Amino acid sequence: MNFPILSSLILLPLIGSVFIFFNKSSEKNRTIKYVSIFITFSNFLLSLYLWYIFDKSISDFQFIEDRKWISGLINYKVGIDGISILFVVLTAFITPLCVISVISTIKYRLKDFLIAILIMESLMIGVFCSLDLVVFYLFFEGGLIPMFLIIGIWGGERRVYSAFKFFLYTLLGSVLMLVAIISIYWIAGTTDVQELYKIGIDQKYQNLLWLAFFSSFAVKTPMWPVHTWLPDAHVEAPTAGSVLLAAILLKMAGYGFIRFSIGLFPVASEYFVPLVYVLSIIAIIYTSLVALMQDDMKKLIAYSSVAHMGFVTLGIFTMTQQGIEGSIIQMISHGLISAALFLCVGVIYDRRHSRQIKDYGGLVSVMPKYAILFMIFTLGAVGLPGTTGFVGEFLILLGAFKKSFIVAIFASIGVILSAAYMLWLYRRVVFGKIVNADLKNIVDLNKSEKIILWTLAIPSIFYGFYPEPIFNTIDVSINSLIQTYNANLDIYFAGKN
Amino acid sequence: MENINLITSEIFISLSLMSLLILGVFKNNSSSIVYNLSIFTLFLSLLINLNLFSYNNFYLFNGAYKVDHLSNFMKVLIIVSGIFVMLSSSKYLKINKIFKIEYPILLLSSILGMFIMISSNDLMVFYLGLELQSLALYVLASFKRNDQLSSESGLKYFVLSALSSGLLLYGCSLIYGFSGSTNFDQISNNISEVQYGLRLGIVFILVGLAFKISAVPFHMWAPDVYQGSPTSVTIFFAILPKIAALSVFIRFLYVPFINLIDQWQTIIIFVSIASMVFGAVAAIGQKNLKRLMAYSSISHMGFALAGLAVGTNEGIQSSLIYISIYLLMNLAFFSCLFMLKRNDIYHEDLSDLSGLSKNHPILALCLLISLFSLAGIPPLAGFFAKFYIFLAVIKEEMYFLAIVGLLSTVVAAFYYLRVIKTIYFDSQTEKFDINHDIGLKISLLVSTLIILIYFIYPSPLQALISKIVIL
Repeated sequence: MNFPILSSLILLPLIGSVFIFFNKSSEKNRTIKYVSIFITFSNFLLSLYLWYIFDKSISDFQFIEDRKWISGLINYKVGIDGISILFVVLTAFITPLCVISVISTIKYRLKDFLIAILIMESLMIGVFCSLDLVVFYLFFEGGLIPMFLIIGIWGGERRVYSAFKFFLYTLLGSVLMLVAIISIYWIAGTTDVQELYKIGIDQKYQNLLWLAFFSSFAVKTPMWPVHTWLPDAHVEAPTAGSVLLAAILLKMAGYGFIRFSIGLFPVASEYFVPLVYVLSIIAIIYTSLVALMQDDMKKLIAYSSVAHMGFVTLGIFTMTQQGIEGSIIQMISHGLISAALFLCVGVIYDRRHSRQIKDYGGLVSVMPKYAILFMIFTLGAVGLPGTTGFVGEFLILLGAFKKSFIVAIFASIGVILSAAYMLWLYRRVVFGKIVNADLKNIVDLNKSEKIILWTLAIPSIFYGFYPEPIFNTIDVSINSLIQTYNANLDIYFAGKN
Repeated sequence: MENINLITSEIFISLSLMSLLILGVFKNNSSSIVYNLSIFTLFLSLLINLNLFSYNNFYLFNGAYKVDHLSNFMKVLIIVSGIFVMLSSSKYLKINKIFKIEYPILLLSSILGMFIMISSNDLMVFYLGLELQSLALYVLASFKRNDQLSSESGLKYFVLSALSSGLLLYGCSLIYGFSGSTNFDQISNNISEVQYGLRLGIVFILVGLAFKISAVPFHMWAPDVYQGSPTSVTIFFAILPKIAALSVFIRFLYVPFINLIDQWQTIIIFVSIASMVFGAVAAIGQKNLKRLMAYSSISHMGFALAGLAVGTNEGIQSSLIYISIYLLMNLAFFSCLFMLKRNDIYHEDLSDLSGLSKNHPILALCLLISLFSLAGIPPLAGFFAKFYIFLAVIKEEMYFLAIVGLLSTVVAAFYYLRVIKTIYFDSQTEKFDINHDIGLKISLLVSTLIILIYFIYPSPLQALISKIVIL
């Protein structure tokens, strides 16, 4: 057995949080700040190292750890392939930025916030690594507790309502998934994902199981019509909470679709493709229109998240190489860009304590550096060539055109709409004359904000121009996923005829 | 009589019970000694029981009394929870001026009654144990006799419980009439076909038992009694009688009447679903924490019964795991409740918890853990309890029960979240006292820690319980 690198990635933040918990808290105590930055940053370095030693030429799972857990029933099994590694790196990349943002903006109960974020990181990495359905469920659901507290303790005025809505919506979706997971255990005799890939699941159960998983992932994605928790949660959550939510939590569902819905239930996935298409198209167009109407910046970005995730689900269920790869890139790009956009809103919210678009205008003359960075991310969200957003959306549309012309047309309208609401937001906030006299004294970005925003800007531009490293990593795994998928379908249809 | 050593712990408890009573009567101001000696008695009987742990399938008194893995395990659960209940509540008793010699003695006799219930293999013995247990509990519920609510709860519990005992006894006589025996094994041999009277007998006995574990529709007493009794008695009510009654459920349904499973399965499923749903919905509006816990325990008993409704060994085992974890969660929650003391007054309303996390972060964290665990959110122990239940339920393809149960956990999550919201999101009020005695701290710490880290190594409990094979 080699060094258990994945378990270290999962456990390191947890150990850090225990350390912080036992540390004496006081206003002057800087230890907890340094410890949390150190832990999250070393976790990021560890994940980069993992990416470096990851063998990109094989499609099978790597770094597998398999330990007895619940004896006779379930093993603790983790491992990664080309699909999951990027999400692990993304999580480990976003968390230190969140920690920096928290340290510089949160004024009360900082210690508790840091503990919550570190626990969150452990659970999120666990979600992307787990190769057993029960272990996956444990991590997937466990994340509710810290996120509930983050929204509820440090959130805005309607935080209680939002926290409850977030928790109950997600729980309601997930309990059905639990029923499905236990059913799979009795149908197939195991919950080990790798084994399940090999033996497959009996076709007559697939549709119901698929729907149960879908109910959980659709809430988490979120897809129309169960997306309503997201704008509330985003608006009320503190900046770091919104960042975690947008950048990583939503990706769990996209990842779940690829790993479980497509991987385990190919026949059902094929059967339900029209449903996903329709919901995705509604999500893209309807929520884009809703986003156009928003007065609250965070709410606007939240709705744009729903629209972007609509692209992701659309891309995944095109079942083409381009579509799925595009979805993964779109998820990573959305992880970087929406995180950055929420941070951008957070920057001016910290100064002016307002998220209303009408309270701003003309920031370009007083906050030039901010204007530049905000521009980069706005264009990234629009999907301008040269940003990761473009690569993702382009590939998804390519995949969609291959499958269905009409769906692709509707999705393309969404691209135009996204340009409309993002650029309009940018114009109203940054350009124009300064109407509000208070804005004249507003200060430009401070050091930590600059660090955070540039760290997010660089990869989203770099991988926009040069997405090769990402393709390299995911190519083989996606290829084999689609091959298995098609092979399964062939067997099924051959059996039918 | 050669197996008399198997009931050493029962004999030991009854002897020490009597000697403690004599000691208490003849020595002045001896309540503290008696209390501590009672804990010591329980501790010794725990050791005795652990010593007997490997004995399986031994009969005493012409097959009326049975010692097997089930009874050993349940007795250990009873003693452990008895010890923790007594450890955590001594200060509460002193402050409320009910620290009298009768209190520990009544607790011990109730525990003795539970032992007899658990080991009984005969309807008469079972009824004897049940009554010994209940009579002590009637007195305990009204122990704070100057308090109106406490007296009311004692009386209420007495009247309703006597009624249910009557029904139960009637059921016993019907079964005796139709099968010709009161011994469980002989009943199972004697019944050849389903007779109408027999079925009626089963129903009556199930009604009596459902009353004891406060399952819907025989739950009416629970909220009032939980709220009215002294908190130290409420925690006892919440844990111990349920363990005992659950093991009788197992013995009664699975030994004599396993062949009639078609007859009683629907009843148990109905009671289970009704308890889960009603407990979850009715708790939403509650403002008193003890009342809230009453409804929560109703819904938890629904889950434990769901395991029993399955009719397999896995089902029984999952119920046993459930009750073990339920014990810990309740212990943790009530230990926290014992800490809500300000100027010698114990507070038990939801609004008293407001902003607790700012004043008492550790206590708030313990409450958070126990509440999320009660709600069944992973990775806490409460999730595993539910997981095993649904594992067993879904294996028999009882999807309706599983889905209703899981949806009711979502509803239940709402009121647990409401408590957490009060603790963590609301503005703070006055601080509570922090000088707690060591016993209370230990019971809180131990139970919370086990709930928190259970997920790391869940196998031991499972391995222990997988030995209990009834069918």
